[in-house]
Amino acid sequence: MTVSASLVVVMAVLYALGVYSMLERSLTRVLIGFLLLGNATNLLLLIVMGFPGVSPFHGEEGATSDPLPQALMLTAIVITFAVSAFLLALIYRSWQLGEADTVVDDEVDIALRERAEETEDVLDVEEEDAEEEDEETTDFADGAVDPVTAVTDVVRDDRKEDRS
Amino acid sequence: MSLLVPLFVILPLLGAAFTLLLGHRNRAQVAVSVVTLTATFVLAVVMLVAVDLGTPLAVSVGGWPLPFGIVLYVDRLAAMLVAVSSVVLLAVLLFSIGQGAADGDEDTPISIFHPSYLLLAAGIFDAFIAGDLFNLYVGFEILLVASYVLITLGSTESRIRTGTVYIVVSLVSSIIFLSAIAVIYGALGTVNMAQIAERMDEIPPNVQMMLHILLLLGFAIKAAVFPLSFWLPDSYPTAPAPVTAVFAGLLTKVGVYAIIRTETQMFGASDLNVVLAIVAVATMVVGILGAIAQAELKRILSFTLVSHVGYMIFGIAIATEAAVGATVYYMVHHIVVQTTLFLAVGLIERFAGSTSIIRVKGLMKASPLIAALYFIPALNLGGLPPFSGFIGKFALFDAAVDVNTPIMWVAIAAGVLTSLLTLYALMRAWNLAFWRAKDDSADAETEARFGYLVAAPAADEQGERRAIPRVMTGAALGMVAVTIGLTVFAGPLYEVCERIGESLLQPISLVELESVEQGS
Repeated sequence: MTVSASLVVVMAVLYALGVYSMLERSLTRVLIGFLLLGNATNLLLLIVMGFPGVSPFHGEEGATSDPLPQALMLTAIVITFAVSAFLLALIYRSWQLGEADTVVDDEVDIALRERAEETEDVLDVEEEDAEEEDEETTDFADGAVDPVTAVTDVVRDDRKEDRS
Repeated sequence: MSLLVPLFVILPLLGAAFTLLLGHRNRAQVAVSVVTLTATFVLAVVMLVAVDLGTPLAVSVGGWPLPFGIVLYVDRLAAMLVAVSSVVLLAVLLFSIGQGAADGDEDTPISIFHPSYLLLAAGIFDAFIAGDLFNLYVGFEILLVASYVLITLGSTESRIRTGTVYIVVSLVSSIIFLSAIAVIYGALGTVNMAQIAERMDEIPPNVQMMLHILLLLGFAIKAAVFPLSFWLPDSYPTAPAPVTAVFAGLLTKVGVYAIIRTETQMFGASDLNVVLAIVAVATMVVGILGAIAQAELKRILSFTLVSHVGYMIFGIAIATEAAVGATVYYMVHHIVVQTTLFLAVGLIERFAGSTSIIRVKGLMKASPLIAALYFIPALNLGGLPPFSGFIGKFALFDAAVDVNTPIMWVAIAAGVLTSLLTLYALMRAWNLAFWRAKDDSADAETEARFGYLVAAPAADEQGERRAIPRVMTGAALGMVAVTIGLTVFAGPLYEVCERIGESLLQPISLVELESVEQGS
């Protein structure tokens, strides 16, 4: 099986960038990371297909490429598309609710952590600083008032009308 | 008979489409969902009997010749799990209908619940009957996308927050799974499970090991195996009670099912059993220690869920016929019992207005029925004889003793310890929430003794008491009856599980699969 080296390099870079941006707390960056990872995986499927640039069904004897990975890729692309639409809706809703799109720690985990700190009588100042920074990590402008209040009000009114 | 097989995906998908069209007519939606899931339940029982008495069923979708097309393959394991999950799905659907009817549509957007729930069912069934890896991936994706909607149902702030964790973790596991499929295709030139097993000997052992680990990694995140389990207790407790119940019962088990298929059928040659045994011990012990530190029933149960996945991984790690049979029996037991416990907690939440075992008290006197509905599955999960939890654990330990290596004895010790600690965590909740008198004057003393629990706040405070419709109690009662049924009919059920264990360790070849497909 011959493999195009440039495709492998591009795939590796996409994987690296994708993992890096998924490690962020901002959901928008997680989405970008997910899209990069999805494309990296699609490239991986393309690479295992064999020599690139040959038509799958029609062609000279021995010069056709394997159609199955292409079918797998198409399915994977559709699934990635649907999931990223859902993620966008989730990010939008998260922004509506908290004016932020960050992943927040679990309340009970925080409580447990604080209790552990109390009992050990150790206050880790560095960790607190880190938490404060995390809260500020958002891709939306600082101090912006919820730009979509008007829209959501309309949506909510609609919902009430539907019910009545 | 093989015409039955695709119906398990088609029926719920059609049901989902109809319920989506009937979005504004709640009663019609309820009727469609109940009819769909009742039909799949009846079909599943018929299929289980047919497959157990006769041969496995195989269907190639669209009439493509076998190694190339999508194949649906139902052996005893798949038939058993489809039957059990159809029971659980139906009971939880009835429970949630009862809850929705009582709450009205004020804060539960019921119109989207039914389509997502039926899609979830379609995804679960598809994953169980998939005969090739890529169809398994598609099944996973269907059930995951439906579960994303269900876990953020109502999109309140707390559900969005916890749902985000669940969604991001699931996305990563799906990407790992898909990459594993791509690499396996690159190495073996097929995604058909039977053909993968046949060609496995032709590639070097270290490549086998890499493929094996990559695939297991994706499944282990879904099955919540330590150290990839920390997302589960964060995300499950905030969802609505019926959603948590069905997630706890079925979603992690789909991951465990995929691990069983990987270990027994595809990668029988490459040996990771010692690693799996160590991971199983860690899952059991760390999970149950988490449960002890919690004060909220849903969280306690989420941690016991993680911990008991460890038993199944332990069973897979033993890797003998008896052990695989015992694992399947334990899986069936755990699906039913864990769902029942979450349903009972759903009833407690409505009846008492909270699920914190510090706040709730005197339930035994106030509602003996709920007390019984909690107590029986709690003893069962803790593994007290004569319940099915005891039978499953005993069978696992028995199989491990036969192997008789040091790691097996460590795992048995961890299993016994976990069983006792499960009993401790659940019975402490029983003592505080049910057994404590309503006007407990020794409150200060209790708080001093369990003061360390007060610091763990209950996540989703409901705050008010609500009436419990009969349908909800009925569904929970039905599930408790099923758990008792697993104990009473343990003999015949265990024999089926033993046959599953025997047939799983002799994986079907492509030629056999073809003959099955043409014969049925």
